[in-house]
Amino acid sequence: MSSVDLEAKIPNNVGLRANKRLTMALEKWQPKFLDWWKTVGPSDFNEDQIYLRTAVGVGQGGWAHFDYVKMPDYRWGIFMADGPDDRKIHFGDNMGNDAWHTVPGEFRNRLRRLIVTQGDTEPASVEQQRMLGHTCPSLYDLRSLFQVNVEEGRHLWAMVYLLQTHFGADGRDEAEALLERNSGDIDNPRILEAFNYPVTNWLDFFCFTTFMDRDGKYQLSSLAESSFDPLARTTQFMLAEEAYHLQTGENGVGRIIKRTGEIMAEDKDPRQEGAIPLDMIQRYCNFWFTGSMDLFGGEDSTNAAEAFAMGLKGRYRESDGIYKDPKALNAEYRLEVPTDDGKLEEKDIPLRRAMNAVLLDAYIADCTRICQRWNRELKKLGVTEEIKLPNRKFNRQQGVYSGYRFNPEGELIDEATWNKNRDTWLPTQADREYVDSCMIKVTEPGKFANYIAPPTKGPNKQPVDFEYVKFH
Amino acid sequence: MTDFNRHPDSYHHWQLEYDGAVAHLRMNVNPEHPFRDGYELKLNSYDLAVDIELADAIQRLRFERPDINAVVIGSGQERAFCAGANIVMLKSSTHPFKVNFCKFTNETRLSLEDLSQHSGVRSICAINAACAGGGYELALACDEIHLVNDNNSAVSLPEVPLLGVLPGTGGLTRLVDKRKIRRDHADVFCTLAEGLRGKKALKWNFVDAIWPKSKFHDQVGARAAELAGEAKDKGAAKGIELKPIHFDSSEEDGKSTMKWEHVTVTLEHGNRVARITMTGPIGDQPKDGPGFEAAGCDTWAIKAWREFDDALLQLRFDHEEIGLVVLETRGDRGALVDLEKTLDAHQDYWLCKEILLHTARVCRRWDLMARSTYALVDEKGCAAGAFLELMMACDRIYALDEDGVDFVVGPLSDGDLPMSHGLSRLQNRFLATPEQGDKLAEEQATMIAPEADEEGLVTYLLDPVDWEDDVRIALEERVSLSPDALTGMEASLRFGGAENCDSKIFGRLSAWQNWIFTRPNATGDEGALTRYGAPEGAQFDWRRT
Repeated sequence: MSSVDLEAKIPNNVGLRANKRLTMALEKWQPKFLDWWKTVGPSDFNEDQIYLRTAVGVGQGGWAHFDYVKMPDYRWGIFMADGPDDRKIHFGDNMGNDAWHTVPGEFRNRLRRLIVTQGDTEPASVEQQRMLGHTCPSLYDLRSLFQVNVEEGRHLWAMVYLLQTHFGADGRDEAEALLERNSGDIDNPRILEAFNYPVTNWLDFFCFTTFMDRDGKYQLSSLAESSFDPLARTTQFMLAEEAYHLQTGENGVGRIIKRTGEIMAEDKDPRQEGAIPLDMIQRYCNFWFTGSMDLFGGEDSTNAAEAFAMGLKGRYRESDGIYKDPKALNAEYRLEVPTDDGKLEEKDIPLRRAMNAVLLDAYIADCTRICQRWNRELKKLGVTEEIKLPNRKFNRQQGVYSGYRFNPEGELIDEATWNKNRDTWLPTQADREYVDSCMIKVTEPGKFANYIAPPTKGPNKQPVDFEYVKFH
Repeated sequence: MTDFNRHPDSYHHWQLEYDGAVAHLRMNVNPEHPFRDGYELKLNSYDLAVDIELADAIQRLRFERPDINAVVIGSGQERAFCAGANIVMLKSSTHPFKVNFCKFTNETRLSLEDLSQHSGVRSICAINAACAGGGYELALACDEIHLVNDNNSAVSLPEVPLLGVLPGTGGLTRLVDKRKIRRDHADVFCTLAEGLRGKKALKWNFVDAIWPKSKFHDQVGARAAELAGEAKDKGAAKGIELKPIHFDSSEEDGKSTMKWEHVTVTLEHGNRVARITMTGPIGDQPKDGPGFEAAGCDTWAIKAWREFDDALLQLRFDHEEIGLVVLETRGDRGALVDLEKTLDAHQDYWLCKEILLHTARVCRRWDLMARSTYALVDEKGCAAGAFLELMMACDRIYALDEDGVDFVVGPLSDGDLPMSHGLSRLQNRFLATPEQGDKLAEEQATMIAPEADEEGLVTYLLDPVDWEDDVRIALEERVSLSPDALTGMEASLRFGGAENCDSKIFGRLSAWQNWIFTRPNATGDEGALTRYGAPEGAQFDWRRT
């Protein structure tokens, strides 16, 4: 592909045409990306016309364009949010200095690692979800899946842009490696464990987009505060797209809960109707919520302290000035930690070391609000049962609570109690088989599988029964 | 006191399993069992408690499992091979402890290399996940390094970029001296906190093989079996059990005494002098390999040296203030030399070989004491064989000019007990006149004290009327000098001639690492080691020294 074609194919506001190095790097990388998309991206739908949103600019309100497109022809673009040229660093040890427009050598490796780790999750989720199209509950949902997929693909582009523009030959190597790792591949897995879990059914998918993508939102938010200006502005724009993914998840789980609630309100057994019982949904939420919390890293983390001190990652909404002390010095964070004698005790750690926990707090508050919205729907239907988020200590594989057993209420328990109750707390093989059995493909416009309620409205003000996907 | 006895049945941090002729030594550090309170051993990070077990395991492989021909050092944890020495432990340790810890870990890693080189037990390091700092230094001590190629696991020496100190267990030296990695590649590696992964690590020779995760276990196993198959059969099915070493303590008149069966240490706290006395073999000793096997670990040739080793470790870790160690030996010179002749003649027998290798390692531990060491030879002294080696390892030898004070060069002084830098103590002593060292080794002569003085084996030959006073003055004078200057001076003077990888490791440790560890840029209030993991980053004094 010539550079002229490249410029036309890749909507951008990063001056691609004038940037020879980036153009050359992308000319090599772009065909590999398309190969990757065709090999491990959504299975079998590459010839179909999908009604998709494409980012074409960064202006308020009018940044997205909706139209039918074949996914391989999707115009993956490169955008950074607008921002002042003279931004100052607003937290950490370098506070008050000019934000960096190029990578400081001192932080190069660490920044590269942050970007690679973030970038690795983007294609990973596409790989995890590649078979879901075959069991879509509606055209509306099929389109949602593909919208999420192409935008995760664009987020990969965003990270690759940073690697190729700012990290030299190493960055180009890392950009290629992002296409070489593969979710669930034992020999070449994705970096973060949770991105190697299989996402085999739509309850998994909606839980994933509710909980895991929401972790993504918080990670991106902390990068959006970065002193490295290109990273901050790139991730700020990604957040706009990410919001849609979170909506997809929240609404998806919400619609499954609603459908189950409707059946329960009619005094029927959800299982008899091909819907998913609430206790099963609860177990799925438990699994994905806790796995997502692990992505925040250790609650007490020297890495997190350093990333904050160096100004690489800030707190959620740091730039809104909502924290008293932007340097986060001389303050502590109270953490409950398990002790040797099987108790929990409170321990104060320096606030900077608790940055992962601070971010996790914001995440948990966010998830709690979502859960409340789901429960309000149930209540409206007259169902008194509720979905409850488990305590942050439950089922953790990372951080201070890993290696201990807690029940969903957050009480320390012994191994025997855990083993006895595990199947009531986390999805079982039987649950997975049952949920899989509910996955019936529905592709008639306006029709929905019986385990999920229709949405109230469609994207871009289209009706719910719009033909979101035109099969070839 | 520090108990250096361990047993695989009660290891907290390692799993030792056997599969045919291959031993699998898996690091699985229990965070809850550190050497002392105050830190947790996360991510297979290690401290002295972990390394004492490793040293025990290697020792047991030698003596208890002569049927083993290869050892695979791996990890029992999926997410970490080894994160290196525990940083919180290092930060909160005194400087003398840190250095002693590093020295002990160095000796352990050298014993692993010795195991391969002289006992024919080849070693593979199987790096299944992240491997940093001391973890990679452990790998460097193995014959081969195999790394999982999962696009994630890396080998690294992040000490310089993260902590502002140096790798303390021979890492830098082994990169360029042992693996012969190009210096510029080593320079890149040692400043890259995240280290190198798969292909690049292999290309630059930081590892010997990379395998996909799904094949890692099998490939490492196959290679270990291959190495074990290439090894010479030692013709031994069964080893000897190593029982724990014990001593009794007592206190009297401001002196403490630690008493083993063949070794006694008296600590004179008031003048910072320790007297270590070792007694030679008494009664019938085994006459050949099977005889030693039948006698087991209680035989003098094994037990006395294990006790001496334990005494040195007690002095190092628990008696930092002792500045001068006075060596005295007791026993029958003829009996000691006869025993050594038996061992020397039966070197082909696996256990005789192991006994000699062990004696050599203990002698090297003695060479490397960061204390002044004086040997006293009076009429009760036993200046013979390996005891004479211990004396020649000392900074000075004081001998009494009296009848019956004889010196006997034994059969092991011709290179069976080499120093770290590869020379025998006679070669090291007579650098200007190598023929003199060769002659003494060859003749294995018995000399009266004035002859020994004439032959260059004595620093001061003292008349009986001067003995007591001159010795007292010599000791008092020595302990009055700066302990730091003495450590540096002694380390410089003890090892004459060319260096090798082993001696460089210790030399670099006591010089560069000692210096960097105590500089404000590392351990000052704003130093990198102090500030590691702290909310604020390090502040350096940028002047180069």
